[in-house]
Parts: sequence; structure tokens; C-alpha cells
Amino acid sequence: MAEEKEREELAAAEFHKKIKEAFEVFDHESNNTVDVREIGTIIRSLGCCPSEGELHDLIAEVEEEEPTGYIRFEKFLPVMTQVLLERKYRPIPEDVLLRAFEVLDSAKHGFLTKEELIKYMTEEGEPFSQEEMEEMLSAAIDPESNSIHYKDYITMMAIDEN
Amino acid sequence: MGCSSSSSKDKRSETMLKATLIIQNWYRGNRARLKARQQYALAIFRSIEYADEQGQMQLSSFFSFMLENYAHVHQDDPKLVNRLVKIQHDIKNSRDLVDLIVVPDSYDGPRLQFPLTFTDIVSLVEAFKQQQILHAHYVLEVLIETKRVLMQMPNITHVKTSPSKEITICGDLHGKLDDLCLIFYKNGLPSENNPYVFNGDFVDRGKNSIEILMILFVSFLVFPEDLHLNRGNHEDFMMNLRYGFTKEILHKYKLHGKRILQILEELYTWLPIGTIIDDEVLVIHGGISESTDLNLLHRLERNKMRSVLIPPMKDSGEYATDLKQNKVGETVTAPGRIKPNESPSEDLSVCEWKQVIDILWSDPRSKKGCYPNTCRGGGCYFGPDVTARILSRHQLKMLIRSHECKPEGYEICHDGKVVTVFSASNYYEEGSNRGAYIKLSSGMNPQFFQYQVTKATCLKPFYKRVNTLEMSAIKILKERIIARKSDLICAFQLEDKKNSGQISVSQWAFCMESILRLNLPWRSLSLHLVDIDRDGKVDYMSSFHDIHIEKPVKEVHSALIETLYRYRSDLETVFNIIDSDHSGLISMEEFRAMWKLFRSHYSVPIEDSQVDYLANAMDVNKDGSIDFNEFLKAFHVVHRYEKLKKDVNFG
Repeated sequence: MAEEKEREELAAAEFHKKIKEAFEVFDHESNNTVDVREIGTIIRSLGCCPSEGELHDLIAEVEEEEPTGYIRFEKFLPVMTQVLLERKYRPIPEDVLLRAFEVLDSAKHGFLTKEELIKYMTEEGEPFSQEEMEEMLSAAIDPESNSIHYKDYITMMAIDEN
Repeated sequence: MGCSSSSSKDKRSETMLKATLIIQNWYRGNRARLKARQQYALAIFRSIEYADEQGQMQLSSFFSFMLENYAHVHQDDPKLVNRLVKIQHDIKNSRDLVDLIVVPDSYDGPRLQFPLTFTDIVSLVEAFKQQQILHAHYVLEVLIETKRVLMQMPNITHVKTSPSKEITICGDLHGKLDDLCLIFYKNGLPSENNPYVFNGDFVDRGKNSIEILMILFVSFLVFPEDLHLNRGNHEDFMMNLRYGFTKEILHKYKLHGKRILQILEELYTWLPIGTIIDDEVLVIHGGISESTDLNLLHRLERNKMRSVLIPPMKDSGEYATDLKQNKVGETVTAPGRIKPNESPSEDLSVCEWKQVIDILWSDPRSKKGCYPNTCRGGGCYFGPDVTARILSRHQLKMLIRSHECKPEGYEICHDGKVVTVFSASNYYEEGSNRGAYIKLSSGMNPQFFQYQVTKATCLKPFYKRVNTLEMSAIKILKERIIARKSDLICAFQLEDKKNSGQISVSQWAFCMESILRLNLPWRSLSLHLVDIDRDGKVDYMSSFHDIHIEKPVKEVHSALIETLYRYRSDLETVFNIIDSDHSGLISMEEFRAMWKLFRSHYSVPIEDSQVDYLANAMDVNKDGSIDFNEFLKAFHVVHRYEKLKKDVNFG
């Protein structure tokens, strides 16, 4: 039990340093705060994949009682450390992602049309903003066929990440 | 039947909903990680840029040291001392010189007609867009005439706007012609009804510095009341030696480049240092300090500020470097002159000089107070309290400055009292940042306009832009790493008690930070820089795998090569100073003497004999002189993937 606790402490110490680094890159004023709008980016850059709803809850945890638009490092660190220790919001495995696309591709074409993708992404679930939609299309769309060959798209993004 | 079909429909839509959520979640995570990588890349560029500037400023103390010692060592060779101490002899016969330079009939570049008119501005812009080069005859004419008119301008110009006459303020351009053209395209060319302020740093880094200067100076000559130029820290002949403008001139103007540089050197000193708009808005290049005194700045003789690297000489032989010992919050209250009954000095007083440095080099920060700007090595960091105090002391409302690259092209801080405007988009690399300009008129809030130059007709997808940016940043970071290889290996081995060749990521990050002194997220960057095994152990020698410094001569020690590579920008600047006639050559004796001083001042642990051997080996003609450009070029770095590409092409 003691050994496990020690291991956890060591892991926490390592996480502290990682979190501090990720935080500092967005701390433009070097005053241990970041704009609340960057918190989602920071959390995701640390390898977690919370949904928009989960992110909203996390922000509520780290915000001041009277929201200032800024998040302080002292509040962010313990919450984020816990998230990493508990391995919460794990990223989606590639095969699960592929199957998700296949579900949307009801006609089993191997691709989605631009209109189909826009419809799903902007009308269902946690809808994309127009900016998000345009950005996804710019990377995903095959300009010749005006469609999204999702298997290639996923593979390309996975290679890029690694 | 109805029930089961609707429930299967429900099931179907529930599955689709789940799938949609999965994809959205994945996309957002992916996008956020790209954004973080973009920020890391920008952090790398920024920290290296400022570290470089700091290195440049340190040369200042070396020059003081050199002057002190060189005079003793080389009493019969006062060339260098003269170069640094005496002011350039007035180029009275430059007018005649220009007339002697004939523009041949075969020249098909733009031709200027004095007195200049709006047509000349238009024809220059068009010609430069087609990559034409303006003939040296016209360049010199413009420079001489610009200097003459600038001499009549005060240090700080007062400007008035009106609702029908807005003024546009642009920040750093750094030789990026595309950005200037884009601004003129969006906002119109300068004219009586379309006044501009260009807030310094027109030159260096980009490849069209001279073209930008020509457009700005010609516009100034046509509309001297409506085109305002403020001096930036790069309008300084010593900065140009290091940051590319000198090279650009000597390359484009092989015959008359030296003459152009000489005139430019003096012209810079006549550029005004600031503009005040409607008695409310102060526009200066860098920033302010606790001791900024606009009255003093109005009065001083600005043309005596030759270069940030040449501080005023003190009689007692002390260096001006004690300026840098200005402690936190302490106000510099030196009297106007050190000895009031001296004969008129060729220099500014120490106090005046510091005031100008602060204006050209300082950066705003959120921390209160005023601190030496350790990142850049000159000027201060000033807080919102300093801003409030200085602005109210002079009954001003806002400070507009440039000097720092901002991702959105502009940034507001200090409760809206300080605005940074930066006009060179893609400054570090394609996709790194936008450019911006500000439009002001009395009684209205400032308006901000952003843009970004792009080569393609449509923007590349985000992940591609991030990739380009990241690769570029990692590349220059690796060049810094290889330049400190020996020191890094020492540090790694100190941590590697078991001599296993491996240390933890934490230990690796600690070594990188302490040796390179770059405040970067080393853990996050480690994946790009070293091999890490599954247990999280770093093979530290892999830090040097993808890159090495080319050895110009086989028998020379790697440590020497590494040191010379590390200091090559500094050495280049020093060589260029010694080589006052820009011949590209210095004598072996000058080289030896300079190297001795350099080595002792920077505490470089290399024996003189080693450097001697190297210099001799590189004096191919054996004529006693060194082509230092060749000498410095020899210390270049080879990136492994570039080498592979070369092999593929020629293989």
C-alpha cells in the first residue's frame, strides 16, 4: 500500500511539471493565469478528450467564485492532476472512430458527402460552430470528389499526431 | 409493428448520435493539440529571437572592452578605434558623387524624377512588385535628399487628425514587401488625406528592406507633413550587420553598396524617435521606462545616437555598462552631462542615451514596476503603473508601440492604455501570425485591421500550417542545441550517475533549460528532440543525432568548431566593424588581435594557437588576409533530413 502511494506521489510530481509547462505556454502575461477560453486547449493538449459538457463542468471547478475570465494556476493544478491520475477522458481509439464514421455512412459508400458531414456535425450532438466546420472540411475534403474519404482522413490525422 | 419500427428508428438515431459525439469529440481534441503545438512553435521562435538580441546587446560591452584594450595593443593601427569613436566624416561631396553615377539607357527599372511626385510612389510600388531593382543612382539621390529633409524635423512630431482625415499607424515591417503592398492595397497609398505613421523596424530579416525604405522615403519626400517615420531599434547600422540588411545591400548593389551603407548609417540617426497624435497618443517603437522624460527627449540631439551598441564614452574610462546595473525600481537621475564644462561632446550624455534606448527597446508587461529587460539585454519591462504615471505626467491618453510580434497582429494591454501593432505577417514562418494596422481619428475609438499574406490562393488546412511552423521551429532549436553540445554532454553525464547513457525526462529537461537558458516547455518538446524508450528513459546522446556542424578543416577540434559556430553572429558583426571599407577581407593580424580580445572577454576556453591554425588553413591564397564571409560560412550546420534529400536528388 505504501509503495503504491509512493508511486502515486511520484506520478503526481511528474504530472505537476507537465501541467505547468502546458499552462505556461498559454500564460501570455507570465502571471500564472490563462484566458478561460484556452483551458479546453490546455486540457486537450495534455492528452485528455473531455466532451464539451465535461469541459464545461471542469471549467466550473477551476473558475473563481466570481468568474473573471481568467483561470489561476493554483486552482487548475490540483484539478488537472487528479484528472491525469484517474486517467479520465481517455482519447478515442482509432478503430472506434472509424466505426463512428461508418455508422454515419449509412449507404456504406466508404465516404461521406460534404452535405452529409455538415448536417451531422452542425445539427446533432454537440454541434460545431461554423469556424470548426470550415476547418474540418479544409483538411478532410477531397477537392475532386467534394466528399470525405474518412478512412484516409483518420489515418492522415493519426500519422500527423505521431 | 409500429412500435418495433419506431424503436429501431430510435435505436438507429441513438447510435448516430453517439457516433456524431465521438467524431466531434475527437475533432476538438485533435484541433486543440494542433493549437498547442502552434503555441509551442511560437514560443520557440520568440525565445530564440530575444536570446539573439540579448547576444547582440552583449556585444556592446565587448566593444567598450575592445576600445579600452585595442588602443593599447595597436597604437599604430588606430583604424578600429577611429571607426567606433569618431563620427563619419560628413559626406559633403556626395551630391557630386551621385551625379557621377550614370544610369545607362539599357536600365529598364523604375526611374525617378526630382522633385518627386505621387507618380513616383506609384511607379516604385509597381516596379518592386515585379521584383525590379532601383538603380543605385536613384537610391543615393533619395537617401541624400531624405536625410536633408529629416534634419529639419523635430525629435517628436506633433500631428493632428480630424474625422475626415484619419491617420494610419503601421508597426514593424522588417523588409516584407508583400505586407506593405497589402496595406496599401487595403488602405490606399499615402497622400495628404491619407496620412501614415510607420513605427520603426522597416528593415532586416525580410528580403526587401531596401525596397521598403525607398517606398517610405519617396513617400516622405512627396508628403513630408503626412508620412511620419519613427526610428526603430533596427534602424541601426550595427543591427543591420547581424540581421541581414547589410548583406542585402551589398548583394543587390555590388558597385555602390558601400556608399549606400555609409549614407544610410547617418540617415538613421536623423529619423525622429516618436510621434504625438492630437496631443493624446504617443507613438514610439519600443516602450517607456520609469524615467522616461518627453521634455528631455524633445531636446536631445538625436543624431548623436549612432548605435545601440556604441554607448557614450566616459572620460574616466568607465564603461557605460553600469547602466545595466540599474536595480529594480531605481530611477536613473543622472545629470545632463558628466562634466558640465567639457568641450561639446560627440556623444549623448549617458542619461540621454539611456532614455533613447528605453524608447527603442522596452516591452510592456503585466507585472508592476520597471525592470531591466533581461530577455533582450536592453531597455526595460514596464508595468501598468509606469504607463499610467508617465502618460498622466505628460497629459497623454494612450501609448502605441510595436517591437513585439503578436499572433493577431496587435494586442491591447495595461487597461487599454498600451497597444502593440505589428505589421509583418508570417514573421517567424508561414502561418505564424497575422499583421495589423490601426486607424485613428480624434474623438473616435481606434480601429484595428488585420491581414495575412499567403502564397497560395486559399489557406492551407490548419494541420499543414502547424506542421510547417513546427518543423521550422524545431530546426532552429536543434541548431541552438548543437552549438552547446559539449556543455550539454557534461551536464547530462553529471546526471547519469550510472553511466548508462540514459536519464529521466525530468533530468534531461533540467539540463536543457540550465545550459540553453531558453524558457521552453522541454517535456512537451522532448518527443521532437530525443529518443525516449517505453520506460520514459531518455537516450541523451540522441539529442545530437539529426544534426552536426560541418568541419571546414579535418584536424581541428570539435570543441573549437562548436564554439566558433556558436559565436558566429557575434564574430560576423565584429568582423564587419573592422572591415570598414566592406571589402570582405581582414588581415591575419587584425583577426588574431580581435580574436584574442574576443576570447578573453567572453571567456572562451580555446587556445589561440588552435584558432591560428584554423585561420591559416583557411587562408587559401596565403596572402595574409582572410575572407571572413568564407570563414564564417564554413561553420554551417547540416540537418540530417536535408542531407538525405540531397542524396536522393543526385543519387
